[in-house]
Amino acid sequence: MLTALARAAAATGGRALPIKTVRHVHLAARPLVLVAAQLAGEACAPLAVLVGEDRDKPRLLVVHEPRDRTQRFEFAADLAAIVLPAIERYCGDDHGGDDVGDVGGSADRSQPYPDAPQLLVPNQPTASFLRLLGRSTRFRGTEGEHAVHPSVPLLGRWLTYFSERGEVSPSSQLLPMTSVLADHWATGQSATEDANLSTLLAWISPPDGMTGRDAARAAEDPVRCPPAGPVTDPTFDNEVLEPILRAAHEAALTGDTARRRRALADLERALRGQLEPTWALMWQAVDLLNGLSPAAHVEQRWLSDRRSFTNQAAWIRDGGAPQARRDSAVAAARRLARLEREQQRLAVERAYDDPLVMAEYRMTGEAFAGDVVESDPARVDTTGKRPVLRPQITVATTDEVLFEPGAVLKSPLRPAQQATVKDVVLTGRGTTQVVLELKGGMGRSLTPPPGSVPAVGDNVTYTSLKDDYQPAPKFPEIQDTPWTHGGPPPQDVPTDEDAREDWS
Amino acid sequence: MTIADAAASARAVTEAILGDLAKAERGVVVDSPPGAGKSTLVVAAAASLAERGERVIVVGQTNEQVDDLIDRLASEHGVLRIGRLSAQDYIPADRVAVHQNVTVSSTIADFSEHPLVIATAAKWAMLSNTGLSNTGLSNTGLADHGTRWPWAIVDEAYQMRSDALLRIAHLFDKALFVGDPGQLDPFSTVETERWLGLNWDPMSSAVAVLLVNNPDIPVHTLPVSWRLPATAAPVVSSAFYPFSGFTAATELKDRGMTWNTRPFGMTSVDLALQTAADSGWALFELPHRHALRTDSEAVDACAELAARALLRGAVTTSERGQHGVTATRIAIGVAHRDQAAAVRRALRARALAYPVLGSSLTSVVADTANRLQGREFDLMIMLHPLSGRRDATAFHLEAGRLCVLASRHRHACVVVARAGIPELLDAHPSAEPVHLGVPVKFPDGWEAHHSFMAHLSNFRVPSE
Amino acid sequence: MNQPPETTARLDRLRGRAMPVNHNARTISALAANPGCPRRALLDAAGVNKQRIAAHIGYPAPFGQSRFAITRGNAFEARLTDNGAAELLTLLRDILELDMTEVGYTDFHAVAGNTSRELRHAATRNALTGQDYGPRTLFDHPMLRLRVGGRHAYLEPDLIALRLDGSFHVIEIKSFPVIDGQADPAKVAAAAIQSAVYVHALRDLIAEAGGDPSQVSHETILIAPKDFASHPVAASLDVRKQLGVLNRQLTRMTRIDDLLAQYPESLTFDLDPDADGTPRRDPGDLAQAIALVTANYSPECLATCELCFACRDEAHGSTGALGKSVREDLGGIEYTAQALSLARGQLPPADRAEIAVQLLRAAQIREQLLGEVS
Repeated sequence: MLTALARAAAATGGRALPIKTVRHVHLAARPLVLVAAQLAGEACAPLAVLVGEDRDKPRLLVVHEPRDRTQRFEFAADLAAIVLPAIERYCGDDHGGDDVGDVGGSADRSQPYPDAPQLLVPNQPTASFLRLLGRSTRFRGTEGEHAVHPSVPLLGRWLTYFSERGEVSPSSQLLPMTSVLADHWATGQSATEDANLSTLLAWISPPDGMTGRDAARAAEDPVRCPPAGPVTDPTFDNEVLEPILRAAHEAALTGDTARRRRALADLERALRGQLEPTWALMWQAVDLLNGLSPAAHVEQRWLSDRRSFTNQAAWIRDGGAPQARRDSAVAAARRLARLEREQQRLAVERAYDDPLVMAEYRMTGEAFAGDVVESDPARVDTTGKRPVLRPQITVATTDEVLFEPGAVLKSPLRPAQQATVKDVVLTGRGTTQVVLELKGGMGRSLTPPPGSVPAVGDNVTYTSLKDDYQPAPKFPEIQDTPWTHGGPPPQDVPTDEDAREDWS
Repeated sequence: MTIADAAASARAVTEAILGDLAKAERGVVVDSPPGAGKSTLVVAAAASLAERGERVIVVGQTNEQVDDLIDRLASEHGVLRIGRLSAQDYIPADRVAVHQNVTVSSTIADFSEHPLVIATAAKWAMLSNTGLSNTGLSNTGLADHGTRWPWAIVDEAYQMRSDALLRIAHLFDKALFVGDPGQLDPFSTVETERWLGLNWDPMSSAVAVLLVNNPDIPVHTLPVSWRLPATAAPVVSSAFYPFSGFTAATELKDRGMTWNTRPFGMTSVDLALQTAADSGWALFELPHRHALRTDSEAVDACAELAARALLRGAVTTSERGQHGVTATRIAIGVAHRDQAAAVRRALRARALAYPVLGSSLTSVVADTANRLQGREFDLMIMLHPLSGRRDATAFHLEAGRLCVLASRHRHACVVVARAGIPELLDAHPSAEPVHLGVPVKFPDGWEAHHSFMAHLSNFRVPSE
Repeated sequence: MNQPPETTARLDRLRGRAMPVNHNARTISALAANPGCPRRALLDAAGVNKQRIAAHIGYPAPFGQSRFAITRGNAFEARLTDNGAAELLTLLRDILELDMTEVGYTDFHAVAGNTSRELRHAATRNALTGQDYGPRTLFDHPMLRLRVGGRHAYLEPDLIALRLDGSFHVIEIKSFPVIDGQADPAKVAAAAIQSAVYVHALRDLIAEAGGDPSQVSHETILIAPKDFASHPVAASLDVRKQLGVLNRQLTRMTRIDDLLAQYPESLTFDLDPDADGTPRRDPGDLAQAIALVTANYSPECLATCELCFACRDEAHGSTGALGKSVREDLGGIEYTAQALSLARGQLPPADRAEIAVQLLRAAQIREQLLGEVS
């Protein structure tokens, strides 16, 4: 409800409102920004890409004949020439170690690289485009009839890697800017409209004198703000692109090199014109996000990204196979288990890091916040075999408390400590007093170290939201896939067909 | 159909199932509509296999279900040695501890002499995979301590996710899968389309994946519901079990609900209870309004219906004789956890308002459809998933959810809903995505809701 | 489902002098996109060209189609149906178990050189219901007919296959790719409901000729490019659910009288074009006429209806414009202004007491944490 209310307020106020107090994603010092355009009607036919780590020096790559498969893979090689060095720069000294293990496996003995690359794209469809580009290139053969440059399958594997990291919710390695911005700001338009980067930014920082709504309306005009891609505007396709491509094609047929040169120059200009505005918006988005301080757990999550990256680099180096087309039964089950654990962990971390996120749980009765009105830090429980330290505090809150005595809660400020609800008393003035008995996080003696127990006057938050820290479930080895799930799958041997993929 | 006919019909199907068990290559699947005698079948099959000298494991989904099964098995087969494999901190429930032939332990090795071992799927999954391939181990008898059994019986298999099955499938050669296909599907909070269309989608149900990979496995359907009264079986069967269908075991005359006291006046609540007692259904209709999920008027209505039913002393007559309806035989079913919490608070508030009921009102079961699966009550009060909503979402339209809420009762079901649901259904845009390779699921949620509302409209009792 | 003449006359008046929009499977399947919108219901029933009136009142629709997509689609289809559809037959042989020994291929693109729809429809009817047509297996671009509202819509499925057991299967050729067995679910959904339209029309045709409509299978075939090349792959689509949705929508359209009765007889969306086709109708007047009929705007309209921008502007200030889930989170309150004043502590009407408490709390928490007053 908090976010909905913020949207309503934004709609009336004319400007987007923050819905997070901190930034919940890692932002690299030098992210690799990529904006793409693809040809309509094809599975994955790149038209052009604007890519780079320096906002003032974007590199433009254009495919002169986007329907020509040879040119497509030449483009991929050109893109690889830019992207691969940007990735490999992070694989510095051999910190990778010899242990490969699962991507994201828990028993990770190797030292991860000190940093890892980050790819920023405008929106989810661009991320999907990269996934498809990765799929169409990673199985390509470097020898034989339809050989491609060796950098092409390598690029494919890396693009696939980034795409898979993008599916893991705590990861920051591949970020669609629309999703990240919409996570941190509530606009006065709908979520559907927020998927458009230009209208989203129009709400977040409208030009002087304009309301968010008016700025967004203006930004919807594809002539003013070309779409962020990879799908191009149909009118642009029909009125600009098609005539240019036709002219270039005809000039090639008739051998008119001058005309062809002009047409190709027109093509580059036209596509640059479609991509550059989004490029500028991307950096505007980066600046906006850099204006927020990072949440407490962001660096820890980035460490997971670094570990994954290290493992992937080692896998490639050691000659491991490219990612399979589809998951086998065991791989799928393992991945699902991991995604569920990660998602749970992320939800808890976001709430613990950001009071605005925790506020949603306060609204549903899964958390409450208030001031400590009584504190007995030295209280000892002598009823058991040995006396144990069990401080007690009373918190006064205006939140609705739905917990019953016996509920076990935690506080973001003292995550190692458990708080058991002893009593909940409504004081009749709209406040509730909750008596909590504390355990843990205070060392082993009967005297708590200073600061380990909340003092009178402290503002505290307690919640039932906690990470279960379930161990990773065990699954059979892939060669032991049981009959219920179809038995062991055939070995995924790349055949000639993979490498060829008919070029008709 | 008379009860005798129903019993004969059920027996015939059970014999066919047990017969198939004897000659099964890989296994048997049994679809069990609500109250169709699933536990009876599981008990019969387990005993049948054990008596043939086959070692069997039984897989339940929750500790509650496991303990219920043990109670029945141990009672009906006092000679059979039954093992209960449990977590280390498990304290045996009374109904388990009372049986002499049941051993409780957290170590599988303790059960080497037991022909039958029962545990939850989660516990079975923790047994280490010895890494032996499918062909490696032979059935050398009870003395073999290997973690592999010739037979498994998987209970509530439609509610088990296929990745959970993957974790335990190495424990057995053949299996009997029993479950209710009409109830809630397993789900995940992770949103991804990555595995849709694959034959081993980890988010699908265990039975769905099993049958796609082993299409020769016979599927039987238990034909009769012992729970649902003749007023409910046809409705539930046609709305939620469009292909197989089932009938009530009892006839209209076999079940009834009356009251110990007569009311002073006939409030709408009393009228609704009376309608439900007479015809098996009532739709307690609140005025049309878009409301919060924890619509206090609707929540209060649910609590009030339960309270009135207890106050007036509901009495049921059935083939089990005549019994007063106690609080634990009344349930209030909802879609969301916060609604369940709100209902419980409303019950507690009413307990203060009706001192004569005392604390019994708080023994009324108030829970979500997820948690009510598999349970049975005399009187069911349901807060309709679409009540007070402006739009229907896939979650609220899910047929399984409505099916669970509509099929718990032996006698009567009162549905609490704000007016406007048929209109909401009519205006619902159906823009559902279609995934290649994913078989279409029936019944369609929209159709099931539509047909259920059409039926309920005959039993409308306005709240004002 | 015959429409009474008064209703037809009324709808004609609503539409004005323009010809009714020519329906195809795609437009028919889009009719069910927002059944709860009276504005859409009226305009669609009358066959109004929503694109033109949207443009005339100053809200041109954001939809367009890239020629590249069209070209690719045509090329893919042509490649499949060339040479008596040899490649297609091989594909269908496997998925439909067609008997290849006696394969017939009948092309309905033109009948005796004539491409008139009525002629093609008659020829189709004869071919599909007749007994004496020789080996009948594949029918290319047959012409079907469906009654929508009060008029006939002529529909052209890509192909219909007839198996030896007498069952008909609709075949749709699309150019979106199937990659590793998966395709864009929204596009597959669109293909499914379009196929359902054809199934429905074909069932009508068979039934009219006295045959058994269940001969037309609910299993349709989708043919699309496999992975990144132009080789085709076939997938089967079970369209039973889509048939149900379609049926309901078509039935709903016949109940248009109830809706019509709410509006004055004089209501019209006529553009009043001059000899060159330029509209003469005053845009403000037209806008008023449209505004008279209530709409049911939600952001989903932006992808499905040509009037979306106009309705969106109209819906400014409503919580629904922010999204269905936002409206739901705000407890169903209609207007943002209302939600905000309740959040500021304004006394709520009795039926909003509960939601008001929540909104107030939410606003207090936001103020506490962000220092802003909403």
